[in-house]
Amino acid sequence: MTDAALIWSYLTQGPLLWLTATLIAYWLGDSFFRAMGRQSWANPVLCAVILLACVLGLTGTSYRTYFEGAQFVHFMLGPATVALGMPLYDNLRRVRKAALPLVAALLAGSVTAVVSALAIGKAFGLSEMMLASLAPKSTTAPVAIGIAEGLGGEPTITAVLVLVTGIFGAIIATPLLNALGIRDWRARGFSLGVAAHGIGTARAFQVNETAGAFAGIGMGLNAVLTSIIAPLALYLFQ
Amino acid sequence: MIPALAIILVFQLIGEVATRSLGLLLPGPVLGLLLLVLSCSLRPALAEMLRPVVTGILGHLSLFFVPAGVGVVAHLGQFRSDGLAVALALTVSTALAVAAGALVFRAVVRWTGGAEE
Repeated sequence: MTDAALIWSYLTQGPLLWLTATLIAYWLGDSFFRAMGRQSWANPVLCAVILLACVLGLTGTSYRTYFEGAQFVHFMLGPATVALGMPLYDNLRRVRKAALPLVAALLAGSVTAVVSALAIGKAFGLSEMMLASLAPKSTTAPVAIGIAEGLGGEPTITAVLVLVTGIFGAIIATPLLNALGIRDWRARGFSLGVAAHGIGTARAFQVNETAGAFAGIGMGLNAVLTSIIAPLALYLFQ
Repeated sequence: MIPALAIILVFQLIGEVATRSLGLLLPGPVLGLLLLVLSCSLRPALAEMLRPVVTGILGHLSLFFVPAGVGVVAHLGQFRSDGLAVALALTVSTALAVAAGALVFRAVVRWTGGAEE
């Protein structure tokens, strides 16, 4: 019988333990999300993050140690961003057909998301690091993290802000768009995809197929546009 | 599966090298995304070859940002002091962005006389 402390010290030295923990936490989060009927507030990533944060706190494990194992999952953000080109390619015909309203709505939604967030943050005296982390919050997570890193923000803060933005957008979209009297499914889906990325897109697909497709287009196009707008807007607010 | 994965990584690699050497603001993987759209448009057979792997990756998209999300435990102090400002900036700007996008889309559709789908 080997000492439990010895086994623990072996586990903390390799990536196996925290890689496994990350997958299990996500698995549990996803099961919870399904059990709750895929409600936006029961987001699987948020559940997994809370679970892992508790486990790290209870075992006194530092984030650096955790990341040694979790980096393999984190690495997949890059290839996943490239893969997001596929739904965009699949919808190129619909993009061309509604090119003018799409471009106008993309500019309006994307600029509003970045500039209004920075304006409010600046008014409340947020630090430059916090503003840089906040600027890409409406963009899909892998891209937002890349943008925040490039601007001197903190990628981990961005990851959480992106999540909360998506959840909030998915919850308010239906009542907000109803109040505004928007009936065109393309407009409803597209604006949600631009403002609330993948979580908004998932929500749009629940409501209507066309809305979902256009939300996906909005998410993809906004990933590209925010990469350009965020550095410019941040420059203006510094 | 391996050739498809290799092609996706090559797009990302080209994107990273190009954005860094040209000093572009765009993150490398976003340029990779654009390369994928362009390549599939030029060669539709490529899209079908990549599709199974892409579907697999996108089906688990949210898993990939768990590690970054967990990083917030290292910044809890930051959120305690900035929490209200961040929450306000996040909620107000998201609501404004949804409204702005949808209203502009509708206005341009009406202006150009385009029919709803």
